Amino acid sequence: MTAIVWERRRAAAWATWREFASHRGGLVGLLGLGAIALLALLAPLLTDQTGLDVTRAPGRPFEPPSGEFWLGTDNTGRSVLLLTWWGTRVSLVVGLSATVLSVLIGTLVGVAAAHFGGWTSALLMRFTDFFLVLPSLVLAIALSTVLPRGLGTIVLAIGATSWPATARLVRAQTLAVEARPFIERAKALGGGHAHVIGKHVLPAVLPLVFVNTTLTVAGAIIAESTLSFLGLGDPTQISWGSMLHAANVHGAVSQRAWWFLVPPGLGVVLVVLAFTMCGRALETVLNPRLKGER
Amino acid sequence: MIGHLARKLGGALASLVFVVVLGFFLFRVIPGDPVVAMTRGRPVGSAQIADLRARLGLDKSLGEQFLDYLVNAARGDLGTSYVYNRPVADLIGERLWPTVLLVGTATALAVVVGLWLGIRGAWRRGSRFDRVSTGVALTQWAMPTFWLGMLLSMATGDLFPTGGMRYPDTPPDFLSQSLDVAHHMVLPVITMVAVVYAQYLLVMRSSLLEEMHADYLVTARAKGLRDDLVRRRHAVPNALLPTVTLVFLHLGLVVSGAITVETVFSWPGLGLLTYEALTGPDLPLLQGTFVVLAGAVITMNVLADLVYRVLDPRVRAA
Repeated sequence: MTAIVWERRRAAAWATWREFASHRGGLVGLLGLGAIALLALLAPLLTDQTGLDVTRAPGRPFEPPSGEFWLGTDNTGRSVLLLTWWGTRVSLVVGLSATVLSVLIGTLVGVAAAHFGGWTSALLMRFTDFFLVLPSLVLAIALSTVLPRGLGTIVLAIGATSWPATARLVRAQTLAVEARPFIERAKALGGGHAHVIGKHVLPAVLPLVFVNTTLTVAGAIIAESTLSFLGLGDPTQISWGSMLHAANVHGAVSQRAWWFLVPPGLGVVLVVLAFTMCGRALETVLNPRLKGER
Repeated sequence: MIGHLARKLGGALASLVFVVVLGFFLFRVIPGDPVVAMTRGRPVGSAQIADLRARLGLDKSLGEQFLDYLVNAARGDLGTSYVYNRPVADLIGERLWPTVLLVGTATALAVVVGLWLGIRGAWRRGSRFDRVSTGVALTQWAMPTFWLGMLLSMATGDLFPTGGMRYPDTPPDFLSQSLDVAHHMVLPVITMVAVVYAQYLLVMRSSLLEEMHADYLVTARAKGLRDDLVRRRHAVPNALLPTVTLVFLHLGLVVSGAITVETVFSWPGLGLLTYEALTGPDLPLLQGTFVVLAGAVITMNVLADLVYRVLDPRVRAA
């Protein structure tokens, strides 16, 4: 790769960043995400993990917020602040892993459906449309009920049910790219499927995939909290969803234990909102059709 | 038109059959041994296990099981619930109407609220009203449905009942029964509307924004029509079309909402039945709710497509 190419790429990346930074919502979302990710990473350094152990719970059940427990205690007497803090890690890891899986499946199916055409395409699109219509939570519940409980199952259940939208988007974009003359030129020069897809199609499709990813993460985090809330999560891990599951099962509502309910839900809302704001800003920057709108 | 109709119905039928097949695959093939999955973490004797295997038909080969399953499903027999010890189809039949009532009311309200706010926002794009309503909608959309439900039921205290569909001691006459059900419905409906309307608002808003600069609106204004007539008679009907399809396409989301809302408020519908089935886990029951919920969403999508054809002359002619 020559220096000129890198120079041009750097300039393009800088221009994209400048435009993204001009959207206040996107910038706020990005800063929020950075702060939350930093807190999640630093949890083992800043807090004492032993407080998560049920057998060594320091307080009494359902203690309201006090100087000792800033956000009160849960049904076992553990600090809600500590649980919420550590829950961030599981919720983010599951949300991001599920998104990677979903975007991977979606991109593969989408590119294949557009590139190969004919029977392959028809079959793949029929398959995609079927899964697009199928209520994804119902399918995810089925998957996580029949598979052994664990974070891997949750990731699989969300990833395997949320890819169709990405597939449709990628297919449309691939079709648009493949209609352009330089693809014909590449084929005429003897470029095979791997060359055309890897060198020409993917680079053109990836920006859109990236935008889609930020929006998919938001959905995946909500899905994780929903599945864990229904009691399908990993029973040994603390996530925002599993906290809300405990709150519901152990009657936090009738005990008026708002301090147990509000923090984990607020965590979900903030992270999802941050990803959505980033995604919408990125969309306006990277999707030329939307320039000047909104 | 006839050809299209036949193709659509054929496609829908294929999808329904595929749902039934997927149901078998999910609940019989993936778990390896469903009995192990169903009795996980419980002490069970070998006689009990053998009995359960015979009842589920697991002593036959997988191929025979599949054939039995298909034949039974075609006859409307979805097996027997393991927890309730009753036919799954009967249980689903009992729980269907509460869900239809809840989801129907919530969707209708959400459509009205979402479309109205979306239209107002788009017409005055960038105004304070638009910014606030879009911001609120995005926040609502980011909220897990069940969390909002729990917060609402905690915040309203004893004002509304927080579980079930009716009190046992309500007089049996129609009026008091209806009032009682309505009273129980308030919180679940508000929760569902709050989360679902955001979707409709955003879709309606962007769809109306796309119509805003169309030539026919300039013509309508040039004729001297008042602003709200231009909006009501010209812009909104055209912008409504894509929204109608999306309302139906997002029914899957409504179904998801029903599962969590019914779980939070113990509303005796299909969502709560799904939750009961997964906590068992009662695999035949879960299989039944899976097939019925997925089938319902597919059917609604076909209906949406047909309605769309009737509504939009451009598609009809094509």
